[in-house]
Formats: sequence, C-alpha cells, structure tokens
Amino acid sequence: MSETLPQEGGVMLPGGPGEAMSVEIRDRSLVTQEMNLNIGPQHPATHGVLRVVIDLDGEVIVRARPVIGYMHRGFEKLAEVRDYRQIIALVNRHDWISAFCNELGVALAVERLMELEVPTRAQWIRVLMGEWNRILNHLMFIGSFGLELGAITPVFFSFREREDIQAFLESATGGRLHFTYCRVGGLKEDLPRGFLDASRQMAQTMRSRNDEYRQLLLGNEIFHARTKGVGALAPDVAIDYGVTGPTLHATGVAEDTRLTEPYCVYDQLDVSVPVGTNGDSYDRFVVLLDRIDASLDLIEQVHEGLPGGPVNLKMPKTVKAPKGAVYVRTENPLGQGGYYLVSDGGKTPWRMRMRTPSFSNIQMVPELLEGSLLSDMIAILGSVYFVVGDVDR
Amino acid sequence: MATSVFALEPLWLALLLQALAAVLLFLIGALVVGYLEHKVLAHMQDRLGPMEAIWHGIGQLPADGLKFLQKEDIIPTAADRWVFALAPAVAVVPGVVIIAVLPFGPGLWLTDLDAGIFFALAASGVTVLGTLMAGWSSANKFSLMGGLRGAAQLISYELPLVLAAAAIVIQAGTLSLPGIVEAQHGFTLFGVPMIYGVPHIIGLGLFFVAALAELSRPPFDMPIADSELIAGHMTEYTGMRYAFFMLSEYAGMVILSALATVLFLGGWYPWPGVGLPEGAAGMVLGFVITFAKILVLSAIMVWLRATFPRMREDQLQRLSWSVLIPLGLLNVVLVATAKVWF
Amino acid sequence: MAAPSLPGSGLLKGLRVTLKTMLSPATTAQYPHVKPELPPRTRGVIALMEENCTVCMLCAKECPDWCIYIDSSKETVPVEGGRTRTRNVLDRFAIDFALCMYCGICVEVCPFDALFWSPEFEYAEVDIRELTHEKDRLRAWMDTVPPPPPLEEGAVPPAEIEAGIAAARKEAEEAAAKAKSVAEGGAAAEAQGPQIDEELFARLVAEGTPERAARAKAKAAFVKAQKQRAAEGGAPTAPAQGEAKAGEAEAQGPQIDEELFARLVAEGTPERAARAKAKAAFVKAQKRREREEEGGQ
Repeated sequence: MSETLPQEGGVMLPGGPGEAMSVEIRDRSLVTQEMNLNIGPQHPATHGVLRVVIDLDGEVIVRARPVIGYMHRGFEKLAEVRDYRQIIALVNRHDWISAFCNELGVALAVERLMELEVPTRAQWIRVLMGEWNRILNHLMFIGSFGLELGAITPVFFSFREREDIQAFLESATGGRLHFTYCRVGGLKEDLPRGFLDASRQMAQTMRSRNDEYRQLLLGNEIFHARTKGVGALAPDVAIDYGVTGPTLHATGVAEDTRLTEPYCVYDQLDVSVPVGTNGDSYDRFVVLLDRIDASLDLIEQVHEGLPGGPVNLKMPKTVKAPKGAVYVRTENPLGQGGYYLVSDGGKTPWRMRMRTPSFSNIQMVPELLEGSLLSDMIAILGSVYFVVGDVDR
Repeated sequence: MATSVFALEPLWLALLLQALAAVLLFLIGALVVGYLEHKVLAHMQDRLGPMEAIWHGIGQLPADGLKFLQKEDIIPTAADRWVFALAPAVAVVPGVVIIAVLPFGPGLWLTDLDAGIFFALAASGVTVLGTLMAGWSSANKFSLMGGLRGAAQLISYELPLVLAAAAIVIQAGTLSLPGIVEAQHGFTLFGVPMIYGVPHIIGLGLFFVAALAELSRPPFDMPIADSELIAGHMTEYTGMRYAFFMLSEYAGMVILSALATVLFLGGWYPWPGVGLPEGAAGMVLGFVITFAKILVLSAIMVWLRATFPRMREDQLQRLSWSVLIPLGLLNVVLVATAKVWF
Repeated sequence: MAAPSLPGSGLLKGLRVTLKTMLSPATTAQYPHVKPELPPRTRGVIALMEENCTVCMLCAKECPDWCIYIDSSKETVPVEGGRTRTRNVLDRFAIDFALCMYCGICVEVCPFDALFWSPEFEYAEVDIRELTHEKDRLRAWMDTVPPPPPLEEGAVPPAEIEAGIAAARKEAEEAAAKAKSVAEGGAAAEAQGPQIDEELFARLVAEGTPERAARAKAKAAFVKAQKQRAAEGGAPTAPAQGEAKAGEAEAQGPQIDEELFARLVAEGTPERAARAKAKAAFVKAQKRREREEEGGQ
C-alpha cells in the first residue's frame, strides 16, 4: 500500500542529514507538491536567530536542516586577544542564561592549568551560584516551552520567579544576567550579609512554585496530547550525536559530569539526576521540572555545609597560565560544557575552544523533525533545549 | 411580545438608526471585551495589564486604535491587491450583520427575523471567507497555511454549533431569538423555573467549545498559532487592516457569547419566571443583564486562553468528528425524545 | 506522578491555578512610579573619584571594550630647595556607556580607589553622544555611590582590608582615649576635623565592615545626628557650619541645577539622587551652552 514520496518539487539541500529520508503515505491521491518553508532566522519558535529549512508535504515535514551561524560572534577567536579576567566577562555572554556556569568552566580550566587550590568556601559558593543559575536557566525554558505550545501563562510565572532569584543574586554579584562573579583563584568577593537568608527563603518559595507549574501543565490533557510521544529520542541516537544534559537525561541515560567527573565540591554533595523513560517532549519537560527540585536539594545542602574562610587566593596582577593544554568538563544547565585551553605561557590563551551543549543538541534536531507535523516542530524545538548564542558562539 | 424599539416610521429613519446602532454595538462590544481580555488575562498571569491610559488602562484600546490609524498600510508586492485589501472588511461585516438579529433586552433588537438563529449561524460562517481571502492573497506561506487551517476548522466546527442550537430550537419551538428568550422565560424543569443551560448542559458545552473553535480562540487558535505560523492569515497585515481582524475577533466573542446567552442562559431575564419592569427601566435592566452574561462568558473564554496550550490541527479535527458531532446528534435525539415524552 | 483519575481533571487543575493567581494581588512593580530598591553592589553606572585618580591608565588598558578615554598632561611642581617634580594632571576622563559592557573590570583593577559602581541606572539619552559621560558627570555620580554591604557570616575579608581594619581599630582606640581626655572640651573636638560617630564606627569595624565603609557610615550617622540636633534647635553652631559648607560648595565645587534639585526633593526623590541628577542636568546644560557658543563662532 505504502509508497515513497517522489523527491521532485522540494528544494534539495546538499549534505542534509535528511537527504535519504522518505515518508510513508497511504493514499497516492493525497500527494501534494512539496513546499519549502524557511523557519527563521527570525521566527518566534527559534528563540533567537536559528534558521530551519524544512520541506513540507501538507503539514508533514519531509526534510529539515538547521542552518546555524547567524549569531556567530567569534568568541573563541576573541578570547585569544583577551586576558583571563576579560575572558570571564566575555564568556558569560555567549549563553546568556547560564552565565555563571560558563564563567566557572573557564575559571576551572585556568586554575587547573595553573595548579591552584581554590579556597573551600569559594568552591561551595560556586556550587550555590551554579545551581541557582541552573534553576534560572530551566525556568526560562519552562516558560518558553509553554508559550510555544500556546499556553501563555507559564512564561509569566517563570519570569516572576526569575526576577526574584535575580534580585538576590544581584545583591552578591552586582549583575542580573551577566554575573561576572567567578575569578581565577576564587570569587570576586564574598557574599553580602543576608544573602543566605534570601537564598533559603527563595529555595522554599521555589519548591511551591515548581508544584504550581506541575499543576498548570503536567496534568493537562491537551499538554499530554501535544507532547507525549512527540519527538521521541532514542538513547543510542542521543549518544551518537553527543547530546547531553536534560535532553539526554530524558532518554533515560543519567550521564552527568557532576557525578562522573565531579568538580568544585560536587563529590561531597548528594547529586541526584532525574531521568525520563521515553525521551519525548513530555519527558524532556518533566526532567526539567525535576531538575529544579534536584538543584534545590543541592542548594539546601550548601546552606547546611557552607564553611567559613577566605574566598580568594592571592593572585598576581596579571594572571599568566603556564605553557600547556587542559580540557575541563562541566555540567552546564543545558548539558556538558567543555573548555579546551591551550596556553603558551602568555597572559592570553593561545587557543580557547569550547564545546557547547546547544550545538550538539541542535544537530540532532533533523533526526526528530523529519516525518513529524509542523505543529510538532514547535514542541520539539521548544524541548530540545538550546540557546542560539551557545550554538554559534 | 414586545416589538423592536427601532420599528419606527418613516422607514429611512428606522434603517439609519438601525445601521448606526449595529455599528455602535459592534464597536462598543469589541472594545469592552477587548479591555476585559487585557485585564483578566493580565491578572491571571500575575500582572496588572495596561495601567497608564486614563484610569487603569481603560483608554488603552482606543489609543491602540489611534496608533493603528497612523501606521503605514503595507501591501506586499506579490499580494493579490484587491483580495488582500478586501479581506479585513469581509471579516468584519458578518459581525455587524449578526448584531442586527441579536436581542440585547426587551425590545432591544434591530430586527426580529423568524429564522433569527439560522441567520446568525449562517452569517457567522462567512467570517472564514475573510480568513481564507487574507491567507490566500498575502502571498506568504505562513498566511496560506493559516487560512487553510482556518477553513478546515470552520467546516468541522460549524456542525456541532448548529447541532447544539438545533436542540434548543426543538425545545423552544421557534427559530426567532427573542422568541427563544420568551419561551425560555416560561420553561420549568420539574416545576422549577430553569434556564435551558441546565437540561442542555451537553448542548451548552458543545456550543461553547465549537464557538471557541469558530473564533480561533485558544486552545483552538491554530489558524493564528503565533509560535508556528507567526500570525497565520494576519501575518502580512499592518495598521488599520490588522486592527479590523482584531476587532472582528473581539466582536466575535461578543456575538457568540450573546448567542449562548440567548440560547442557554435566559437572555435578558435574570432567571426564567423572574420578570422585568415595564418600559424604559426594563429595557435598561435587560440590557445590563444581557451584557453581564456576555461578559461572564467572555471572561471564561479568556480564562481558558490563559490556562490551556494549543491543540494540534489533526487533534482538533478528531475531537470534532469523533466526539463533538456524535455527541451533538445524540443531544438532538435526546431532546427530541424528551420533548415528545413530556 | 499518579495518572489523572478523571478525564478533564488535569484541565480543571490548571484552571484552578490561573484563577487563584487572578484572585491574589499582582506582583508587577509599577516602575516609573515605584523605583526599584537596588542592592549596593548593583552595576548601574561607574562613578569617578577624580581626586584619587593618578592617571595610571590601568582601567583604560584593561577595559575589554576600550570605552574609557583618558587624556593627561604633565605639570611641574616646584619644590623648595630641590629639583622640580612632575605630576600627572587628569585632563579628560570619559566613559562611553554606549560601548561599556558593565563588566566592572575597571573598578576592580583601579589601584587607587578612584572608580566605583553606583546603582543609578536612569541615564538614558536621546542622543548617543550624550552617553559618553565626561569627568564632571562621572564625578557627580560619586554622590550616589552607596557604602559596600557587610559580608555574610563566615567570610574572611581580604588581607589588605583586614590590615586596614586592624589599623582602624587601633586608631579608633587612640581616638577614644583622646576623646576621653578631652571629654570636657567636647566642643573643641567638634570644631576641628571631620567628625564621625565613634561608637558606630567601632561597632561596624568590629563587625568586619571595611574601614572605609564604616567610616562613611559613621560619618553619615554623625551628620544625621547633628542635623537632627540642629533641627531641634539644640546646637546653634552646627547649622552655621552646615551653611558655611553649603556656601563653600556652591562657590567652588561642581554646580547643580538648583531648580531641578528643589523640584526633585519636593517630589520625594532621595536627596542624594536628586543632587546627582541636578548636577548632571547642570553639566549637560553647560555643555550645551558651550557647544552652542562653539557653533556660534
């Protein structure tokens, strides 16, 4: 009964992973001419300037190819002419919603190359800030995912929480988005008085708010219809593409750098990694909500265990990393971040290369899009968590 | 039964007044419901909504209208100029026409057609022509898909709408809208005066869901689906033409809420069996009651919009053909049986 | 997660959340009417303590955006009975806030405490050129710089600050001893030097506040107390002093737009902010006048 759709009509894209893709159709009489549609570079569903070129048969996506690079800002090249202090200010700008985690990665890389032992208190505070940043990031995607499915309220709720969290992070770091709080050898300065109280209180509020999101969306039958079984990702495919973070966890693989290669004081903490089972949009969203709770657990452990002491090493005026190379992995909110730093002993890196989770996530997207409906594209793009700045750097 | 206040001599004066009243009601209704949506939606999302224009943002929509007037009217080069320019008007006209048969109070209707309900539902079906025209003529793929989705949606949802109304017509024994209100006024359920909405709870639900789909309101707003199709058929429109589409959406909310009020909620009477004073006082009171009911229904539409994600086009069709239409047919059968029985 | 028992119960749960939200008050802050309360570390605008600047150019060199412009000249200072010495004079110090990325590196690297962050943020301009704040405007922001906040429990202040605190403690002890000895001649002590609230200062220092901050706060507390006294009519000397100071400031220091200042204060803007704004307005007006004059020629 089924036949392969003829390939004429649509625009052929060279080298697209979907080239060999074909769609099974039941009734020959329903074959229509393929339509080529550009989603983006400016489209509400791509949050940023990602472009997805798709070929449509009716509303079924036959081929899809993400086109990246619209937001390339030459970060890696720029890092070669900026000293380490400046890099920390720059690095929190490519993925603007996980600023602190990026700073941390670079700081860790330089510290490892210089063989510095960062004060314990600084390491604990780094975990605290990192986990709050993770929550900030996830809130963003919880809101935007709802918005893309047409539920307009979650985004206002999640931004309300983001605002509260940012307010007390600002009291410590001075910034709301670009914290610039990490330094090679520690932190910029210690927490201001009252910070821990605010943090404790917010952790409590956040737990009840997280339940509110669950009530608003998770039980909703329309939400189930839109997300369950949509864009299901197999664990082996995810691993093949190098997908990490919540998108990978949703497939049931609990690979997390905080467990496998702990940095800071994650080895002294009880890190839990929520996983899904089906790897579909629904699981990805549930994992995101559960990760907020997991991060809150970590934050509460930090509240309990935060030791006293200095937060900074005595550093020379200009930081010079010794000759050599180092690769540091961190668990960024969207997945594994990698920082490959090569130094020739100067005050700027000789080469700075970053592995960003969004890039790996986005290259897997055609795998999910082909054969799905146009409406499902939104559910898929919204739940394969990526930041365009993080893709293009 | 009361006659329309517009049944005047000479005829030209009556016609003039009727046209004026229809346009005024259309505009005022749309503005009030638009403001309601702004505010209710905002508070459901923990916001305040417009606060600056005059008092609590009450002048926001007129101000927006003024802004739209000043905007450049852009017609894409590849667009089908005439169809493109005409589409917003086509979307607006049915709304104004339907208002002519809607009763807003005792005697407060422009004309009492014998087949009022039939006329209203038929005219509301024309709205989609505007959507289709806009979608087709914009020379934009997103618009086209929006237009086609809109057409498909209308075809499947006109049926449950009509079926729900048919059950009421069977119950009331008349097609005239004021007639239905009067019939409902005398209706009792086991001796208790009752609005049709209670025994016809299935019909009310059907009518409401179908009305949402017909209006492309969330959770059935696939034709506009802003995260998929930018703004569907409205993507290429600017300025006043765009405002016309928005106006027709809000007016549509008023009209379908008013129809639901007449069919299921007792029209201008506070409750069946409870009368209104004679004369002007009754008219004013009737108008206020009708409008209050319309606003409550509109607020529920906004409430749904604030809470639910959008459905998918195929899920929408499945819901209509495999749930709503069978349910509507069953409803008609049940009502007809009950009508004969009692 | 339990499966929903009834079809539609999930929909109702969601409706309950939105309804509950509607019935509780909204969290929106009505911004232009209600100003946000920003923490002291907020990176709003960079202020320049011109007197502390030695034109070492570190800030301009370290700035990732190169948005700090510094011009300087050398000035010879004759020294009695020796060779003349040269001194750097700051001719121009400007920060282009249209380029600035608010990283704070300049503030951090300044070895002489000449740059500070202020939480003020309302300095949007219609003309992008106005966003380049020159020396006097940057100096005016100094009035809005809050003292740094005290640190969280368990924090160890950096070594240099600790040393400073130790020194301050010693100084405070000495001062306290001195104060005791001249307890009778309190009025005399009041007449000389900038006074501070010694008690508060000692307490703050003991709490681990950096000395500078503690001193600033203590001074503020003292001045406040004095003002209060003056208002009560207790000490006739204090207001006289204050007036003299004000007169002095008017005569020499950067002038402010008095009219705007009065209006802002009347509107309830905090005095510090009002002064900064009035100063900025004055500087701007002056600049415009200068530009017009240039244009006229």
